Amino acid sequence: MIQPDPELHTVPPNRLAEDVQPRWRNDFPIDWPQDHYVARRDFTKFLCLTSFAFVVGQFTIAYQNWRRRRRGEPPISEIANVDAIPVGGAIVFDYPHEAEPCLLLRTAEDAFVAYSQKCTHLACAVTPQFKESQLLCPCHKGYFDMATGRPLAGPPRRPLPRITLEIRGKRVYATGVERSTV
Amino acid sequence: MRRNFTREQRMTIVYGMLCIILILVVLQLWLLTATMNAYLGGDEGVIWPAAAASTVCLLLNLGLLRYLYKIERPNP
Repeated sequence: MIQPDPELHTVPPNRLAEDVQPRWRNDFPIDWPQDHYVARRDFTKFLCLTSFAFVVGQFTIAYQNWRRRRRGEPPISEIANVDAIPVGGAIVFDYPHEAEPCLLLRTAEDAFVAYSQKCTHLACAVTPQFKESQLLCPCHKGYFDMATGRPLAGPPRRPLPRITLEIRGKRVYATGVERSTV
Repeated sequence: MRRNFTREQRMTIVYGMLCIILILVVLQLWLLTATMNAYLGGDEGVIWPAAAASTVCLLLNLGLLRYLYKIERPNP
């Protein structure tokens, strides 16, 4: 037989015994010791809800990945004529679809590189700095290496997605997107 | 046979559960951030294992929660 809790002094307003009290009174206790218990118990329940939310997040990522795979390889798309871009110049184009701005950079007479223009930190537009051979994200001073797209300084941790290029005659084509974590 | 616990005993149990659940939730948070980073970086290999691991953490948490409900019910 369990003994009544000696720390619980307050008599409920209906003056009935503890075991015949309505159920809601357990969730809204009057005495501090019981209130401490309920607070920690409810926090435990809330953490379980958070745990469920994390699982939903994981499966959302898996679903997005499935959708990305289902779209397949991006199409081959013509970007510009070689002569339209001077050495040390850049043009903006959308690839693999609209609302995905990318930068095509001409770093030397016969050297072209292209990256997604969205910074891998918070998707601000990066701008080229040819003298330093860097790409700068002005929002939080993130720097990327122009030759590889790797982050050099600032908050970004992932390289810029690289657009693979192909030059046919005098025309530059985008043929795919290479993403990496390092 | 299941025994009834006093409030103090239940408090101790809840503290223990809280510690375990907190560790599991922090692990899930880490898994989610690491998976998001991998997904954005094009690394697809970790997505399903991480989702499975997170689900196992949730099941452990739900098991503990079930036990919490169980000890609150008075023994008939």
